Amino acid sequence: MIRHSVEVALATVVFAVAPLSAQLGSYNPEPGPRASVVIRNARIVPVRGDVIPNGSIVIADGRIQALGTNVTTPAGAQVIDATGLSVYPGMMDAGTTMGLAEIEQGANATLDASETGRFNPNAQALWGINPHSANIGVTRVVGITHVISRPTGGLIGGQAALINLAGFTASGMALVPRAAMVMQLPGTGGGGGGFGGGGGGGGNAAARTATIDSLKRILDDAEAYGRSVDAAARDATLPKPVTDIILAALVPVVRGQMPVIFPAESQGDIRAAVEFAKERKLKPIIFGGRDAWRIADFLKENDTPVIFARTMSLPVRDDDPYDVHYSAAAKLAAAGVRFAIASGESDPDVRNLPYVAGMAAAFGLDRDAALRAVTLSPAEIFGVADRLGSLEVGKVANLVVTDGDLLEARTTTRYLFIDGRNVPLATKHSELYDMFKDRK
Amino acid sequence: MRRSSTAVLAAVLVAAMLPPHAAAQQATLIRGGTVITVTRGTLSNSDVLIQNGRIAAIGSNLTAPAGATTIDATGKFVTPGLIDPHSHMMVDGPVNEGSLSVTSMVGIADVLNPTDPGIYRALAGGTTMLNILHGSANTIGGQNAVVKLKWGRPINEMLMPGAPPGIKFALGENVTRKNSGGGGGGQAAAPRRYPASRMGQAEVLRDAFVRAREYQRTLAEHRAKVARGERNLVAPRRDLELEPLVQVLEGTRYVHAHGYRADEMLMLLELADEFGFKIKTLQHALEAYKIAPEIARHGAGISTFADMWGYKIEAYDAIPYNAAITMRAGVLSTLNSDDAGRARRMNIEAAKLVRYGGLTDDEALALVTINGARQLGIEARTGSLEVGKDADVVIWSGHPLSVYSTAETVLIDGTVFFSKERDRELRTALAAERATLEAAEPNKLPSRGSGRGQATDTTAAGEDHR
Repeated sequence: MIRHSVEVALATVVFAVAPLSAQLGSYNPEPGPRASVVIRNARIVPVRGDVIPNGSIVIADGRIQALGTNVTTPAGAQVIDATGLSVYPGMMDAGTTMGLAEIEQGANATLDASETGRFNPNAQALWGINPHSANIGVTRVVGITHVISRPTGGLIGGQAALINLAGFTASGMALVPRAAMVMQLPGTGGGGGGFGGGGGGGGNAAARTATIDSLKRILDDAEAYGRSVDAAARDATLPKPVTDIILAALVPVVRGQMPVIFPAESQGDIRAAVEFAKERKLKPIIFGGRDAWRIADFLKENDTPVIFARTMSLPVRDDDPYDVHYSAAAKLAAAGVRFAIASGESDPDVRNLPYVAGMAAAFGLDRDAALRAVTLSPAEIFGVADRLGSLEVGKVANLVVTDGDLLEARTTTRYLFIDGRNVPLATKHSELYDMFKDRK
Repeated sequence: MRRSSTAVLAAVLVAAMLPPHAAAQQATLIRGGTVITVTRGTLSNSDVLIQNGRIAAIGSNLTAPAGATTIDATGKFVTPGLIDPHSHMMVDGPVNEGSLSVTSMVGIADVLNPTDPGIYRALAGGTTMLNILHGSANTIGGQNAVVKLKWGRPINEMLMPGAPPGIKFALGENVTRKNSGGGGGGQAAAPRRYPASRMGQAEVLRDAFVRAREYQRTLAEHRAKVARGERNLVAPRRDLELEPLVQVLEGTRYVHAHGYRADEMLMLLELADEFGFKIKTLQHALEAYKIAPEIARHGAGISTFADMWGYKIEAYDAIPYNAAITMRAGVLSTLNSDDAGRARRMNIEAAKLVRYGGLTDDEALALVTINGARQLGIEARTGSLEVGKDADVVIWSGHPLSVYSTAETVLIDGTVFFSKERDRELRTALAAERATLEAAEPNKLPSRGSGRGQATDTTAAGEDHR
């Protein structure tokens, strides 16, 4: 009965906009081909470099070809007059499960972010991502052009993907198909928050040690496996080890080549993740990071970046300042911790990312730093700042043209480019709006 | 041991936050701000004079009476306090009397906790009033309470005097418990209960109102007999379940009905038409945009989310344009939080409707101010800046619809219940007090490994009842 109404609604949408299929979530219109475009008379906010009050930006072959006050328009390029408009790099939310999870409650069959079992390093988000998820369309039209979509289950959940939010296949959307491993250490309890401190939950000390030991064993095995594969490659007389897809997936992790996302909120859990990574020579990224600001110096000392996803979380302790999490990003910035801001929302609400960054700016974070925290900073943390995160010649043309400040809720998007493709601004939501707005 | 000392600490901290008591009697002049009245336009460089808890004057170059406190609002924005028409904040314990599907006899006012820190956090976001409702497990959930967030005051001072009583109804997945069977959403596995379908919930309502109508008739007949002077009468037994429903039939109690899908909301409107009563508001009403003309014809309002959607099947067709469509169809529309977290930034929820649907700033602000007052029947008292209304006022650092703006001073009935300045002072005092308490012998931390892991982490729990 419930499904029936969804299907009826879908069928109606399909009827109204013929090219869409009736598959659940097939609402995202096709992005155009890689365009040759010049956006003129725009206020350009490159994030790295000064704002250009009135300039042009040239896009071709999926890349930014030129930008500034004096650019040559390629022959045959489409011209967009952006008088009164602003161009920003597209935003990135580094903490989603985009395409892996459609409807949280009551539609279990749409949830693919979590595998069974504790060790799934070989599980790849990319193979579970539905490029037609309705969440993708509504997220990109606020100017979020790419996201980390990550697995969430077990101790080693699997590999997160960095994807563009436009495309008809997951592999076609992938910017970095295997961007990071997700590793969830058992909670340390207490949390080191002192009197009445909020804890990270999770088991007694003995159980925690046993769990950590099991994690260390598999990392030891991966190191040994990597060495034996290398040895066999160098010396044909040595036996070639039996391929182990689980250990093979961990080799770049134990060699510090693939970053590891550690979800951690309390001081104790964050500290434990950093110490564990240091001991095992991993490349850690803290995700969540509720209490990161309380140990900012420690994070700075260890040069550990934080994807801060708790700006909008309620304070944990009754007597915490009301703005304890609103102001946390400013404190991380002041301490010199490398950080990015994530929405901390489930996928349908990831589109709140700009307002979350805006909230951090309302509570002490410099406005430019807030913009950077959702553009260039996450790109740096994931090692893709050479391609993404700012408007610079040679970078991927992921950008958004707005009629106002990118982080403001009242701002609307006028044009959206992902991978240099002009992306239509229609979504499931705008389709339903158009269908019902004039009903009498 | 640990727990009780924490409780003592909390009590002391709450006491330290009590606002100055006598301020309500004093005059306050808010000078030189951009005054957004919501109902009477926006006045630049204007003053708001507050006397005896009411707005005494709005205009330029007002004179402060002797002894008045002056707040300089130069470069700042002044608005009415924000009204959140759907909250479960302050509810001490379970939000549903989930044993029956018709629990009209219970009242949320009986279980409100005036020391819920959510009050202070919402105040700091400019929210001054809540409509506190039961949860949505029951077809008929219970009687509401309308409160002003007078942080530090006893609960009887928070309840809004003269607010018409209301009652929560609910429809859809939460009532039929389709998501509760497996203990999802943090709830214990729920036993199967009638109604288990949208067909059943219509009949639960019909049954309740058939009984209410008969009770109403019995009462009327008795009154008629008394009026005729008949003797030796036995008065009908008072029925606490049906009494609030009789008030609904007689139009003296507002129905605030949780619903998502268009069909279930239409069912309720048609059932109400059949029994001759009105639905005051449809709560959440995520598919209201599909039936805006029908809702307008019935005369119901809607209170919805700005842009929440997709978290369950019945929310999959929700769109952020909902309130824009209903508002333009003539439906009295508001935005609500349903959540202690969202209640801290209702101004930004409103701002989203400028993006989605192109509402004007005033229309967007009406969604979180005057329209809420209208839905609660207290628009003569609050919801806009007008002379004679209660002085529920917020002074913002910038335009209230900007993400970069924050509430700096919040007054209710003319008393400052939040100000950033005072908050800073309190923080210093709290830190000192906390240090003292932590150092006290009974509060010393136990030695390592003896149960520090007992502290609970509340971030995951939330108090969402969407």
